[in-house]
Amino acid sequence: MSLSFLLLAVAALCALSFYFGRQRAVALSGGRHSNLHSLPVHYGAYTAAWCGLPALFLLLIWYMFQGSVIEALIVSDLPQEVVGDSGRLSLALNSISQIAAGGGEHLTVSPEIVDAGRRLANLQTIANAALVVVMLSVALAGLVLSYRRIEADMRARNNVERISRAIMIVCSAIAILSTVGIVFSLMFETLHFFSKINPLDFLFGLEWSPQTAIRADQVASEGAFGMIPLFVGTLLITLIAMCVAVPVGLFSAIYMGEYAAPKFRAVAKPALEILAGVPTVVYGFFAALTVAPFLRDNGAILGLDVSSESALAAGLVMGIMIIPFVSSLSDDVMSQVPKSLRDGSYALGATKSETIRQVIFPAALPGIVGAVLLAVSRAIGETMIVVMAAGLAANMTVNPLQAVTTVTVQIVTLLVGDQEFDSAKTLSAFALGLVLFLVTLGLNVFALKVVQKYREKYD
Amino acid sequence: MTDMASLMEDRAAAKVISDNLRKPVDWDSPKIARNIKKRYAAERRFKSYGLVAICLALLALCTLALSIGSKGYSAFYQTYVQLEVTFDPAVIDPDRTGDPDVIGRANFDGLVKQALRDRFPDVTSRSDKRDLYGIVSGGASYDLRERVLENPSLIGQTRTIWLISGDDFDMLNKGYIDPTVDEGDRRLNDNEVAWYNELVADGAVEKQFHTRFFTSGDSREPELAGIWGAAVGSFYTLLVTLALSFPIGVLAAIYLEEFAPKNRFTQIVEVNINNLAAVPSIVFGLLGLEVYLNVMHLPRSAPVVGGLTLALMTLPTIIIASRAAIKAVPPSIRQAALGLGASPVQTVTHHVLPLAMPGILTGTIIGMAQALGETAPLLMIGMVAFIVDIPGGALDPATVLPVQIYLWADSPERAFVEKTSAAIMVLLAFLVLMNGLAVYLRKKFERKW
Repeated sequence: MSLSFLLLAVAALCALSFYFGRQRAVALSGGRHSNLHSLPVHYGAYTAAWCGLPALFLLLIWYMFQGSVIEALIVSDLPQEVVGDSGRLSLALNSISQIAAGGGEHLTVSPEIVDAGRRLANLQTIANAALVVVMLSVALAGLVLSYRRIEADMRARNNVERISRAIMIVCSAIAILSTVGIVFSLMFETLHFFSKINPLDFLFGLEWSPQTAIRADQVASEGAFGMIPLFVGTLLITLIAMCVAVPVGLFSAIYMGEYAAPKFRAVAKPALEILAGVPTVVYGFFAALTVAPFLRDNGAILGLDVSSESALAAGLVMGIMIIPFVSSLSDDVMSQVPKSLRDGSYALGATKSETIRQVIFPAALPGIVGAVLLAVSRAIGETMIVVMAAGLAANMTVNPLQAVTTVTVQIVTLLVGDQEFDSAKTLSAFALGLVLFLVTLGLNVFALKVVQKYREKYD
Repeated sequence: MTDMASLMEDRAAAKVISDNLRKPVDWDSPKIARNIKKRYAAERRFKSYGLVAICLALLALCTLALSIGSKGYSAFYQTYVQLEVTFDPAVIDPDRTGDPDVIGRANFDGLVKQALRDRFPDVTSRSDKRDLYGIVSGGASYDLRERVLENPSLIGQTRTIWLISGDDFDMLNKGYIDPTVDEGDRRLNDNEVAWYNELVADGAVEKQFHTRFFTSGDSREPELAGIWGAAVGSFYTLLVTLALSFPIGVLAAIYLEEFAPKNRFTQIVEVNINNLAAVPSIVFGLLGLEVYLNVMHLPRSAPVVGGLTLALMTLPTIIIASRAAIKAVPPSIRQAALGLGASPVQTVTHHVLPLAMPGILTGTIIGMAQALGETAPLLMIGMVAFIVDIPGGALDPATVLPVQIYLWADSPERAFVEKTSAAIMVLLAFLVLMNGLAVYLRKKFERKW
C-alpha cells in the first residue's frame, strides 16, 4: 500500500469518525442542543482528532526510524570484514539497496550481498505491511476510545481547543527543530571530518585540493583541506559585488526616496524589484554566457589577460543581483529619519543634496551599514552564480581578472555527482557548510542588531 | 607647532569670524552668487548620480532580458526537412500481420536513412553517409512510427513528410553556424552545407513551431529535449512544499500572534524564524542530504525530498507575511467575537483568519515563487540527475525547471544555449504570473479599517 493511499485511508477514517462523533452527540442531546456542553461539531472534531493525530504521529516516527533500523538489521548480518571497513560497507549497502530495488543484475557481488539484498526487499515489504496494520489499528483504536468517551456534558470544545493549540505550538517549534537539525547534521559530519583532518589545518591551511587517494597505495593525490583560499575567493567576489551594489543601490534609494516624481517611482521601483525576483540560476547563466565572454574579449582588446571564468564576471553579476536588496533596505532606513531633521536643515537654507549628505545620511548610517552587512552575508552564501561563473581552481589571488573558487562552489562540486561515502573529501563539504552557516549567521545577527538599535533611536 | 603659536592662530581666526559677523552679508555680491551657483551645480550633480544609478540598474535588467530573449526566442522554432519517405511494407510489416506490436518494432530509422539516400543518390562513401544521416534527427523515426500506428494504411505508400532535423543542421538554418568560415572551424563540413543549400533551393527546409520543446522530457539530443519533465517535477516539488509550509506556517503565525505568551520559548521561536530566513539556501540542501537522505533514507532525486527541503526555506517567508496580515486585523473584531461567546480558536478561525487570508495568500505566493526559482539546495539532494521520463508522482526521480536550466547551461552543444534561454523565459513567465497574482490579490483585497 503506497503512502498516499495510506494517508487517504486515514483521512477517510477521520471523516468517518467525525460523522460518528457528531451523530452520537446529537443522539445524546435528545433533540435539544442546549443539553450538550458544546456544539455537535466539536464532538465530531474531538473524535476525528483522536483518530487521525496519533496515527499521523506514529507515521512520522516510523518513517524517521524505519531506514536506520532496517539498515542496522542488514549490517548485523554482513560478514565482519565488510562491516569493519567503512568504505566497503557503504559500497556493499549501495549494491544491496540496488538489488532490493529489483536492479543490480550488472553488479558483480558476493552471494552474501545478493542474499542481503533479497532480505532487504523482504524486510521493506514486511515493514510497509506492518506500518499499514499498526497505523490503521491505532486510528481505529483512537476512534473507538474517543467515541466511547463522548457524553452530553463532556467539554468537547475545550478539548478541541487544547488539541488545536498544541498543534500550533508544534508548528512553531518546527522553526527551532530545523535550526537544531541544521546545526546537528552539519556538526555531526564535521566532527567526523575533524577525526580525519586536523581542524587547525582546515581553518588555517593555505592549500585546497580535496582529491584524496582512493586506494592506500596511491601516493600522488594527497588531499589538502585548507579553507583559506576558498575564503579569499569568496571575499574577493563579495568585494566586487559590493563595489557594484552599494553605490548603485544607495544612490537609487536616494533618488527614489527624495527626488523621483511619483510617476517615475511607480515604474522604476517595481522594475528594480524584478531584479530581486530573478532566480539566481538565471544570473549564473547570464554571467557565464554574456558577461564573462564580454569581459574576456574587451580585456583582450585592452591587452589584459582575463580568464574566461573570472572573479570579476561573477562579482559584477552578483552585484546586480544585490542592488534591490541594498536599495530597498536603505530606502527604509532613510525614510525613517524624522521629518523634523530635514525641515530643520531646509530652514537653514541647505539644498536637498546637502540635507541628504549632511543630515539624513549620517543619521541613517548605522542602518545603512546594517543593510550592507546583510547584503554581504547574502553574497557570501550565494551559490548558483558562482557555481556557473567562477572557477574551480583554488587560487590564492586578489586579481579580479583571474578565476577563483568559493566556499559554496566547493560544497556543490564535492557533493554533486559520484560521491565517495565517508571520505574526507565528501565530509569536508559539511565542514565548509558549517563554517558558512556560522559566518553568515554571525553577520546576520550583528547586522540585525545594528539595524534594530538604530530604529529605536527616533521612536 | 607649539601650543603658543596655535593659540595665536586660533585667536586670529576668531577675530576674522567676529569681524565677518559684524559686517552685514551682501547677498548680491559676486562671491555669494558664485557660491550659490556652485551649490546648485553640486545639487544637480548629486541628483544625476541618483538617476545614473537607477539607469544602470535598469540597464542591467534590460541587458539580462535582451540577452536571454535574443538567445532564446529561436528555440521556439525548429527546422524541419521535407523528404519523400517510402513506407516499405518489407521493412515495416513483412508478413502483413497488421499487428501494432510488429509495426512498433519495425526499423523506422532505416526508412529515414533510405529516404535520405534516395534524396542524395550520389553519396556513397561510408563517412559521407554518416554525415548525411545527421541531417535528420534520431527522433524522426519515432514520429514516423506514431504516424504509421495511427494510420496503418500508410504502409506501402510514398509520402512527402516534414521530418525534424538534427541539431547542427538546425543551428545552420537559424544562422548560428557561419558557412563562410573555414571548414575546420565549424561543426558542419562543406558536403553538409552543400546538401543544406540544395534542400533550401528546393524549398525542402522550413522552420515550424517547436511543440516538442513543451511536451517532452530531457534528452541528450538538443532538438528532442523539452521542459515538460522539469515542469512536472517542479509542480510536484512545489505541491509538497505548499502542502507542508502553508499549514505549518499559518498555524505557527496564528500561535505566535494570537495565543503565544511572552516567554522564553516564543522568544527563541521568533529569533529562530528570523535566522532561518537568512540562512544560505545551500545549507538547507546540506540539511536535506543529511537528514532526509542519509538518516531517513527517502528516495534520492525525488520531489518529496526537494519539497521537504524547500518547505523549510519558505516557512519563514510565510510565517512573517501571515503574522503581518493577522496583526492588521483590528482587535475590535476579536473582542466582538469573544463578547458573543466565541472561544479563542473560534474567533481566529471564523473571523481573524478569513480577514487575514488575502495577506496570507499573497505571502504564500511570493514564497512559492522563491521556491520555484531555487536551485542550490536541490543540487545537494540529487535532483541534478539526467532524467528523460516524465515523473508520475512525488516519489519518482525528477528534476525541476531551474535545475534543468543549470544542466542545459553546462551542455557543450551549441543548440542547448537557445534551449537554456528558452527554458529561462518559461521560468520567468511563471514567476511573473505568480507575482502578478500576488499583486492582484493584494490590490483586490486591500482594505483599511
